[in-house]
Parts: sequence; structure tokens; C-alpha cells
Amino acid sequence: MQAIIEHPWFLPLTVGIVIIALFPLVAAYIVLAERKLLADFQVRLGPMRVGPHGLLQPIADALKLLLKEDVIPAAADRGLFWFAPVISTWTALTAFALLPFTEQLHVVDVNVGLLVIVAMSAVGVLGIIIGGWAANSHYPLLGALRSSAQLVSYEVALGLALICGVMSAGSLSMVEIVQAQLERRVWLAFDNYGLMFIAFIIFLISAIAETNRLPFDLPEAESELVAGFMTEYSGLRWGLYFLAEYASIIVIGGVGVTLFWGGWLRPFPNVSWLEVPLNVVFPLAFFLLAALISFRLSRRLLRFSRWRALLMAATGAALAGVGLLFLLPVAHPTLSALFWFLFKVGLFIYFVIWIRGTFPRFRYDQLMDIGWKYLVPLAMAAVLANALVGMLRAT
Amino acid sequence: MDAILFLVFAFIAVACGINVVLQRHPINSALSLIGVMGSLAVLYLLLGGEFIAAAQIIVYAGAVMVLFLFVIMLLNAGRERTQTVPWVVRLLGPPALILFVSALGVIAYRLLPYRDLVRFGGFTRGGAADVGRPLLTTYVLPFEVTTVAILVAIVGAVLLARKEGGE
Repeated sequence: MQAIIEHPWFLPLTVGIVIIALFPLVAAYIVLAERKLLADFQVRLGPMRVGPHGLLQPIADALKLLLKEDVIPAAADRGLFWFAPVISTWTALTAFALLPFTEQLHVVDVNVGLLVIVAMSAVGVLGIIIGGWAANSHYPLLGALRSSAQLVSYEVALGLALICGVMSAGSLSMVEIVQAQLERRVWLAFDNYGLMFIAFIIFLISAIAETNRLPFDLPEAESELVAGFMTEYSGLRWGLYFLAEYASIIVIGGVGVTLFWGGWLRPFPNVSWLEVPLNVVFPLAFFLLAALISFRLSRRLLRFSRWRALLMAATGAALAGVGLLFLLPVAHPTLSALFWFLFKVGLFIYFVIWIRGTFPRFRYDQLMDIGWKYLVPLAMAAVLANALVGMLRAT
Repeated sequence: MDAILFLVFAFIAVACGINVVLQRHPINSALSLIGVMGSLAVLYLLLGGEFIAAAQIIVYAGAVMVLFLFVIMLLNAGRERTQTVPWVVRLLGPPALILFVSALGVIAYRLLPYRDLVRFGGFTRGGAADVGRPLLTTYVLPFEVTTVAILVAIVGAVLLARKEGGE
């Protein structure tokens, strides 16, 4: 047993399997969170029927997707139609391997880690293009063309914004980037007298465009293109595209958190008296508050149905249990690091959903204008300014 | 392990390369080309060039091939028509090809001394900094000349595109 645990492949394999096993569930619940939040922004309730407050809706949705007929259009290129969603999902899940959840808890840490993630997102575009083309239909083809133009355009700005961060951190390895922020005593988003924040804003805009989210979701603009490149997809194959989309949101959020927001580090990582308030009290309060809300909801549900109230109470108990874990000294360093990483990624996902609920979609020419006429020059200026300031500070 | 990976990906690269030529539809050829690029990236990785491998995927398998596919879709290029090949060519083609390739092999084998055979894991300076530093110091002139050449190509492309569309 000891030999198995200490084997160098044990941790990467376990983390990898856990990611692959848990990811569809997590993605499904992010979808639920998104629907609930959008409903809240629009003053409605959102899914409420399946389970208490719609808590079991993702599972029902997943079952529906699995049981649906998988239609392949008669005129489609069967092989490519089958293969395209696989490319998208495969690249998105491969990028997960590079995310540093904590200092030890990651699948691999290679010295060109950030480049590999960028490469995976570049190859992921192929899944969209091939899927759109293989369906042999008008809307998917137009969606695929739009998508490839958009992704290639915004990759430039994204790359330049990443270069700013890499210059400050002095490494491409994801773990070393976070360690560099610990050494510099500041999260990179606030480095170089606020100049890095410009790079972060550019990263944020192009990240939303890269993940095809509103307001940049022209590849699947419903009013014009039905569902864009995935119009002809159905059932599980459509589900794979969906999964890939949410995987890329989490990955790009993880990259942003690692590069600009200190990865697994807590806020003010060098101020030692904040250790207990931020690493114990904050997560404990966070989870206990969530548990408290669940218990109150459960009491209110008791009037309607007993098992719904019971399920809600169980959810609350689970949340409280997770919160109490932070009091254990043994698991603590890894757990609080993991908490901060996931918390920041969660904030990013919340922000992305918030943007979706707030902004209208851009017109296609506006999209290209923003990409090439504003973001790319601004990103080049940011690289230059950050390089100059960084050099002056180093000497 | 390295040798097995090398054999697998070298075989994939060659098979995809042959497939690029054999396929009748440009999209399928382009996809095979992606296979070639990807396997080449793995071969670079095996030789210790991590940065070059990642750049190969980003630039060739990602950007360049996306643009290839984009253009093929935009022009709506159809299936290539099969041409009737004279029977002499069909009869003499494959043997001549084999002869040519084996002659090339023999010449390469004669020219290269034995000791310089590639060893896996012998090269460890393939990171981003190891590639970037010589590019901006020793080889800065060729590097800049290349960028100017690319700029000229871009300007030329814009000029050609405008002539066709304008007036």
C-alpha cells in the first residue's frame, strides 16, 4: 500500500481520474447555477420542479441527453461528424492536466505548461470547424466560419495578455508562476503599479470571446444561425460539445486565476497574522452560511413535501461537513489552498455568467473591430509598458 | 519506451503524409496534414524540444491549419476529379518511386557518420528561455530579416486583395 501511494505516478493518475470522473457532474451543476443566476437576474425562479429548488435538474438533464436518439444527417460526412466533438472534448480535458489546483495537487507541471494550454485551445477550434463542416448544412457551416475567424482573432490578444503575465513571473510553468507571485509578494493583477491590470482586462475580454460566451457568442447566435456549428448535433454528441464549452470556461478561469490572481495563494500571502482569519475562519463561515441557508429553505419546504425538505437538509449538512473539515489541522494546508483556487475560479465563472445576463450580443463587424482595432493594439502597448516598467524595477 | 513512441508517431506521420496526397477531398487532406503536424510535435518532444513542440502545435496544427480549413470552406472547394493516368505511368510509377526513395536513403546513410545517431534524452536545453535567448542575441539578424520578409508578404497580400475587390 505504502509503495503504491509513494509511486511517482500515484498522485497524477488519481487527480486525473478524479477530474475526468467528477467533471461532467461539476459541469452539469455549473449549468444549474447559471440557469438559477440568470433567472435571479431576470426576477424569476429558474428550474424548480426536479428536486428541491431544482437541485436534481442536472441529473435529469444528463439522463435525457444519454437516452436521446443520436441523429446523424443523411448528407453528413459520417466519420468527421462522429470525430469532431471528440476533438473538442479531448483538448478541453487535456488542458485540465496542466491546472495547478495546489502546489502538489496537479496532474503534471511541465516547463512550457501555459503554452500547452494555449496549444490545446488552438487545436480545440478544429473540433468546431470540422463539426460545422461535416454536418453539410448551411447554418453549421456559417457558424463554423464565424467561430474560426473569431477564435483566431482573439487568440492574438489573449496571447499578448498572457505574455505580460509570463514576463512578470519569469516562467511558463503553471506552478512556478504561482510561486513567483509568492516571492514578489503581490498577485500579478496588481503588479507593476496597476499596469498589469490592463493586461488582465484584455485577458478577461478575450477569454470570454475564446469560450464563445455572450456577448461574443456569434458562432451560435440563435436569432441568425439557429445553434451555429452544433445545429445538426443531438443527444450525447451535442452533450460532448456542451461539456467542452464548460471545460474550456473552467480551464480559462484556472489560467486567469493562476496567472493574475495568485492561484492557490490566499489574499495577502505574506502577511502571517491573516493566516487563521483567511484560511480557517473565512472558509468555515462561507460553508456554514451556505448550510444555514439550506436548513432554512428545508424548513420552509417541509410544508410541501417531506422528502424534498430532507434532501435540502442533507445538502446543508454536507456543506456544514465540508466547512468543518477546515478545522482539521492535518488536511489543512492542501485543503485551504484548494479552497482558494476553486473559490477564485468560481468567482470567475460567476462573473462570466453575470456578463451574460447583462450585455447584449455584439454585431459581427463590432466583434472584429473590438478584436483587431482595440484589443490587439492595446495588448501590444500593455506588453511594452509592462516590459519597460518591469525592467526599470528590476535594475 | 522512447523508441516505441518514436516508431508509433513516425509511422503516423508518414501514413498521414501519404494520406495527404492520396485523399481526393481537400478537407480530408488538410486533416491528414494536421495529423502530420501533431506527430512531428510528439517527435520534437521526444528529442527534448519542449518549446518547439508546443510552438509546432500552436502555430501549425492550430493557427495555420485553421486558416487552411477556413479558406477551403470559404472557397467551397469540392472533390478533386480523378484523372485518367496513362498505363505506362501506372506500371512504372511505384517501382521508380521505391528506387528513388531507397537511393536517397543510401546516399543519406553514406554521408552521415555513424556516431551522430540521435539518442533520446541526450538533449535537455529545449525550454522557452533556451530558445529565446539565442534568437535575440546570436541570431537576432536572421530573426529580424524573417519578420521583415513576413511583413512584406502581408503588405503584398493586402495589396493583391484590394486590387481584386476595389474600383
